[in-house]
Amino acid sequence: MSIDLSQFHQVFFEESFDGLDIMEQGLLNLSTDQPDSETINSIFRAAHSIKGGSATFHFTVVAEFTHVLETLLDEVRNGDRAVTSQMIDLLLKSVDCLRTILSKLQAKKPVNKSDYKPIEDELTALIENETNSDSISLDSDPELNDKKSMPSKAGETIWQIEFIPESYIVRTGNEPIRMFRELESLGELTVEANTSKVPYLEELEEDSCYLSWSMTLVGDIEKSAIEEVFEWVVEDCQLSIEIVESKSATEENERKAESSKPNQSEDNVHADSKNSSETKISVDTKSTIKTAPKLSAGSSASVEKQLSNTAESSEEKSTSTVASATSSSIRVGIDKVDSLINLVGELVITQSMLGQMGEEFDITKLERLKEGLMQLEQNTRELQESVMQIRMLPISFVFNRFPRMVRDLCGRFDKKVDLIITGENTELDKTVMEQIGDPLVHLVRNSLDHGIETPEIREAAGKSATGKVELNAFHQGGNIVIEIVDDGAGINREKVLSKAIERGLVQENQELSEAEIDQLIFEPGFSTADVVSDVSGRGVGMDVVKKNINALGGSVYVESTPGVGSTFSIRLPLTLAILDGQLIRVGSQTYVVPLTSIVESIQIKSPDVLKIAGGLDIYKLRDDHVPILKLYDTFNIDTKNKDYHNSILVVVETGGKKIGFMVDELLSQQQVVIKSLETNFIAIEGISGATILGDGRVALILDVLGMLKRLSTKNKNQRERAA
Amino acid sequence: MIDVDEDLTSAYLMEIEYNENSEPEDLGDEYLGFALEGETYCVDILSVKEIRGWSEPTVLPNAPSYVKGIINIRGDIVPIVDIRERYQLSESTYSKTTVIIILSVTSGNKSRVMGIVVDAVSDVLNIKQEKIKEAPKNGNRLNDENVLGLYNHNNKVYILLNVESLLDLSEIKQYYSRQFDLEAVGE
Repeated sequence: MSIDLSQFHQVFFEESFDGLDIMEQGLLNLSTDQPDSETINSIFRAAHSIKGGSATFHFTVVAEFTHVLETLLDEVRNGDRAVTSQMIDLLLKSVDCLRTILSKLQAKKPVNKSDYKPIEDELTALIENETNSDSISLDSDPELNDKKSMPSKAGETIWQIEFIPESYIVRTGNEPIRMFRELESLGELTVEANTSKVPYLEELEEDSCYLSWSMTLVGDIEKSAIEEVFEWVVEDCQLSIEIVESKSATEENERKAESSKPNQSEDNVHADSKNSSETKISVDTKSTIKTAPKLSAGSSASVEKQLSNTAESSEEKSTSTVASATSSSIRVGIDKVDSLINLVGELVITQSMLGQMGEEFDITKLERLKEGLMQLEQNTRELQESVMQIRMLPISFVFNRFPRMVRDLCGRFDKKVDLIITGENTELDKTVMEQIGDPLVHLVRNSLDHGIETPEIREAAGKSATGKVELNAFHQGGNIVIEIVDDGAGINREKVLSKAIERGLVQENQELSEAEIDQLIFEPGFSTADVVSDVSGRGVGMDVVKKNINALGGSVYVESTPGVGSTFSIRLPLTLAILDGQLIRVGSQTYVVPLTSIVESIQIKSPDVLKIAGGLDIYKLRDDHVPILKLYDTFNIDTKNKDYHNSILVVVETGGKKIGFMVDELLSQQQVVIKSLETNFIAIEGISGATILGDGRVALILDVLGMLKRLSTKNKNQRERAA
Repeated sequence: MIDVDEDLTSAYLMEIEYNENSEPEDLGDEYLGFALEGETYCVDILSVKEIRGWSEPTVLPNAPSYVKGIINIRGDIVPIVDIRERYQLSESTYSKTTVIIILSVTSGNKSRVMGIVVDAVSDVLNIKQEKIKEAPKNGNRLNDENVLGLYNHNNKVYILLNVESLLDLSEIKQYYSRQFDLEAVGE
């Protein structure tokens, strides 16, 4: 190979994982009675792309495996084979198997034969059941078979190669010169270009190829090696590879692959002009930039397919970025980039306007200056939003893995479950997305394992035998809310409570509300599953779920009605980088409270403060009682104002609990950029980060959840001391 | 408040380098000297990011008293530690010449930035490795843990500090967790 291919490996893996996700989704949507041909085609295309890519990068294991897979899919596509549920199962298993192989290759680990052999054998067995279709499969893709069947030969051979590409070849991202270079590395190459079809300059379309070539290649070369060079373009050209003269006896192999779909009328443009090499270069760049290629099933090269697949529908996008921690690239829609460029353009205009004004400023222009500054502010805000948009991905990236999981788990538990997904286009920050996958998987598993009952029990309880699990995502305030709703048995509160007492999580005589009992399932070391299954029930699940979600600045809450079902609500910040904040002052210090968590701010009226034994003060807020956290006390800040009288209570809420911060003054509200304290320092309980204010000073951002935790541990101990 | 401009500092450093370069022999590594309670200490100049005047940092709640707070350095949040207080030299008083030296250390593939408060910056010295003498252990924590060695020059003793251990955060971490434990048992 003349080019270092390893630089493309990452792309190949990403695209392959994308392809696998497309296959998986397609397979799940495939019904056995009425297979949708478009679905089958998309599965086939994905498999074909993976095969093509893996062969190019010499991942022969993958290529051979996908080839078998493709053979089967091809039969289905041609209608030679009916879709059965066993076949779908097997195909899904193959997808898993490919995913394993690919991740192993990506991690540069050796692939064991046991990883794929059993499934490959199953596939082959399935294919051989129907022998008459074999010819088709051979026809559709002979390279690999040739590779196997060709005995190794020695001696010099003279090959005559006729290469007549379709006029659209360069648009598929293929560059003939590269192929010639590769052929050159195989042996002695003589190329003759046929320019008879080149039209007059004014008729010449810059991205069409009017040339054809005949080549003579001399050397000890196998046909498969030559074919490999043309592997990406066989479908887009007329190609013949023939032996002219051979010094050793060789079996003659001939093949002619023709494009299945002529899509251009430019073929009949007529011929003369000479210059072509220049055209070719410009064409090459054009074709790589091109982003929205036509979708012509089966006719275009794999690269194009890959592109069109992703462009086709956002739902078909994958979870590959989520699945592999190593990939840190992000795919951004071209529209988002365009809008960004527009905004930057506007910003530049505003800047030059202000610059001009600054050069010859006098007081009469003050009004215009103000206007300009306002425009600048708007531009900046829009730009900021636009940049944040780049990090936003639809939550379908995470949701897409669930249909498969639910299907598998249903089989394992003998339960019937319908999975209903809504709001999969809700956008979420990429970082949040990566972190939320595992907790969600756990919650869904939990719903299936503990929530939904077996069909018999359901029928006995008067419910339909098929359970229902809903996954919803929607925006609420500045948050994204993800709900996992099941119509199962709900939480067995008695069992939970007795377990909690047994584990020492609550005291025997402690009074707990129903909602409080429900939240106990998030405590560490808690599992009520009678039988520990490998799905859930090891008691490490829910507390980890809660911890992970809290770490993201979110919260999780469960509501449950016995016999009717449970709803898990996850509330997450839209982004981790920017936050709407309320600035508050305590003593000489300024802090930021996330605006989304603030319920209200009120002037404290001393008569409404209830002093409760143990040093805890409670504020009576209408019918609610809110514990007061004196910030100056908790943070050891020196302030003159230690009285309730002149202070303000900022009531915040998180995870269904309220707490009031006692502060000296409310300052402005503004968007702040969150900076981590951990970069140069360590994390501090109760502080989620820092930000830089307009005047360059640093202000700390309060972590409401952490503060709440602080308060509750303090209270608990005070209670214990009092007891 | 005096702001030592970074460019000025580096220009000054470059000048010194230039002078030194005119002599052919190897002069050893460069160190930045600073005064702390009458003594002169030095740190490897390659770990010095910038020198700036004292400005009141944002206080971190419940931090050990020697952590003065955090400041904003061109968008980075940088913690400031007072070496005097940390190693119980004496009470700190901040004067006109008090400066913050911003140091950076790389551990693993992460680099971390932190500022130390010192009385004044003195000069830049070239010190050859073989001229550094081992410091006697005297029970003072600043010496025993953080001193690389001593260097005599013009009848003055320079104390070479190990930046890495100087910026070590484990003690602060311990302080916080201890404090949280204290709170947990009811102070």
